[in-house]
Amino acid sequence: MIKHKISLALLSALLLGLSAGCQKKVPPAPPQAPAPLPENTPPAAKPSIGYFAAEPTTVTVGQPSSLRWSVTNATSVTIDSGIGEVSPNGRRGVYPTATTTYHLTATGPGGTAGADATVTVSTPPPPVPVPTSGQPSIQEILAKQVQDVHFEYDKSDLRGEDQAIIQGDASALRTIFQMDPNFIVTIEGHCDERGSAEYNLALGDRRAAATKDALISLGVPGDKLKTVSFGKERPICTEALEDCYARNRRAHFSAAQ
Amino acid sequence: MRTLTISISLLFTPVLTLGIASARQQVVGTIEKNPGKPHIAVTDFRATGTTAPSLMAVFNSTVQSDLQSSPLINFIPKTLYPLRIPQVPNDLVTGEASANAKPAPIPGYRLADWFAAPAQANYLGMGYGAEDRGLFVVFGYFYTTAPNITDLQQAQIFGKVYTGSLDQNGAIDAAHHYAADMLAQFGGTSLVGTHIVFVSDRTGSKEIWVMNWDGTDQHQITKYGSISTFPSVSPDGRIVAFTTYATGYPAIQLFSLDTNRKLPFYNQRASMNAFVTFTPDSKQIVFSSTAAGGAAQLYMANADGSGFRRLTNSGVIEVEAKINPKTGTDIVDVSGRSGLPQIYKMNIEGADVQRLSAGTGEATNPAWSPDGSHIAFAWTKGFEPGNYNIFVMDVVTRETVQLTANEGRNENPSWAPDGAHIVFASKRAGRSQIWVMNADGTGKHPLTDKGGNEKPVWVNAEK
Repeated sequence: MIKHKISLALLSALLLGLSAGCQKKVPPAPPQAPAPLPENTPPAAKPSIGYFAAEPTTVTVGQPSSLRWSVTNATSVTIDSGIGEVSPNGRRGVYPTATTTYHLTATGPGGTAGADATVTVSTPPPPVPVPTSGQPSIQEILAKQVQDVHFEYDKSDLRGEDQAIIQGDASALRTIFQMDPNFIVTIEGHCDERGSAEYNLALGDRRAAATKDALISLGVPGDKLKTVSFGKERPICTEALEDCYARNRRAHFSAAQ
Repeated sequence: MRTLTISISLLFTPVLTLGIASARQQVVGTIEKNPGKPHIAVTDFRATGTTAPSLMAVFNSTVQSDLQSSPLINFIPKTLYPLRIPQVPNDLVTGEASANAKPAPIPGYRLADWFAAPAQANYLGMGYGAEDRGLFVVFGYFYTTAPNITDLQQAQIFGKVYTGSLDQNGAIDAAHHYAADMLAQFGGTSLVGTHIVFVSDRTGSKEIWVMNWDGTDQHQITKYGSISTFPSVSPDGRIVAFTTYATGYPAIQLFSLDTNRKLPFYNQRASMNAFVTFTPDSKQIVFSSTAAGGAAQLYMANADGSGFRRLTNSGVIEVEAKINPKTGTDIVDVSGRSGLPQIYKMNIEGADVQRLSAGTGEATNPAWSPDGSHIAFAWTKGFEPGNYNIFVMDVVTRETVQLTANEGRNENPSWAPDGAHIVFASKRAGRSQIWVMNADGTGKHPLTDKGGNEKPVWVNAEK
């Protein structure tokens, strides 16, 4: 398509060049006295293209661009690429599917003039959601706005310092359930590696349940929340350091299977 | 009849002095060698053939190791044996026949030579190896040296032929069976033929596995590609119960060890059902469930999950119930009743609750000895959380002896049917592996080395 448009533009340019060349190659006519000009008739002026521009110059597929032009001293103004004859001053919306160079030709008694305007079409990478609404998806809210809640060793009660987090989680979860009333969220309870795997399974269950209770008290519908304990079977880090232990003692939120 | 006698005085005095200050001191219990126990001599066997002779060293050392590790007998050091070693019954002569021989025969062919000093054996094991049609063959005999038995036929307790593959494994197998037959004369429960169920992640996910008691023939039972863990085995050795996430939530599942197939089990509607223990008749179970909400509590049910009834109502975590295999009337479990997890004891109705562990640190993973007199368990005892070691406690006296120390994290002990060995999981060599030791803490050696392996359970029945 791009090639086609370009070749069309080239062809027309070539034709213009040829026609100019032909005139030069015609053998000179015998000198002839120029006809005296009428006293008050000014010489025919060449067509003048004030501007020919695309706005915007870069669009994505399916998006419009606007061609605007202003031509004087022309009896005929045409734009290629399927637009045809247009008025000397005007604008026209175009929806190019590929990068296109539009050529404007102005013809008048004083000759011809031309100008180009190019609209570059960018193809967006498909997986990236088109930023139309500005509204994050449920998965984005779940991943970014619903944060893990953390616990002290062998404890399943929520820490005072996590109050802001749990309130943020409650707000984000309420948004999620408003967006999709059928969405179910699983609260996973996790533990650090130090206690026994057996005790930790029950402890992780308490952590998930305590988190669920706190969310319900903040207005999150309890029937949308499931809990599961992974004990210490799914650590997010394995270093024998308090920092890592603290990260593993958590309630984590995921989409229910 | 189990005759494991743990001498309390020897075992527990050192523990009383063990405080936090001496946390690095290794305290290992001792099983007293009862002087009244039979003294046994077993000769070094020799063999004919082309391959068999090269296998006799491992055969002899395996027999000796099995006998030495048994608390039932005293093994007489080979340096005390007479000079002439009988190999076949025909080598033996009665005292009468040699009494008048001149010169006096070199000692060894008379059973009386073994009964006399320095050997002072009550029993004599002897025999030889050979190879027959590509198999390793051992002729193993066992005699009493009792002076009042003068007839050689009467003195022979048994004479058996043991066969195995003509390689190291065949020789070790034959040796285990021969040693087990000798120990069986004194009430020994043979470990030969017993199995250990465990959890391995060597396929990429935690699955239930089973192996022979000596670590051979390891094979996979479950193939869920999920998390399948916390195995336990019914006392009849037919059912392995475990907890699996195969359906998304920790739930109990039962597998038949006879058919390797799933058995029907009714899981309570709960966020968690786990940690099964069977009654001695294998017909009922106790397990942990969150069926009533709140912290996991103990429930009792039939072995298929029906007839569900609640045992505890403590409001704190109750896990790892273990029913006394001897009485069937006591349960030990791990409870948060006093804060950090401790071991508690209760009756089968969940009443008469008392704490067994000292209350310091964290005490978990209780396991009853086969005779129901002791529990092995994992305890942090003054160490940092997670730094577990294996201990054994007399349930009546609460006296405790430490079996592992300063060798990484050690947990999930389980007793062998002979009450003289304990299998456990240890991180002493890096990743968790299954190890076995004598019940006095000696003779530790690994049984696994592929992937990570944990939660061993010694199947208390020979299949």
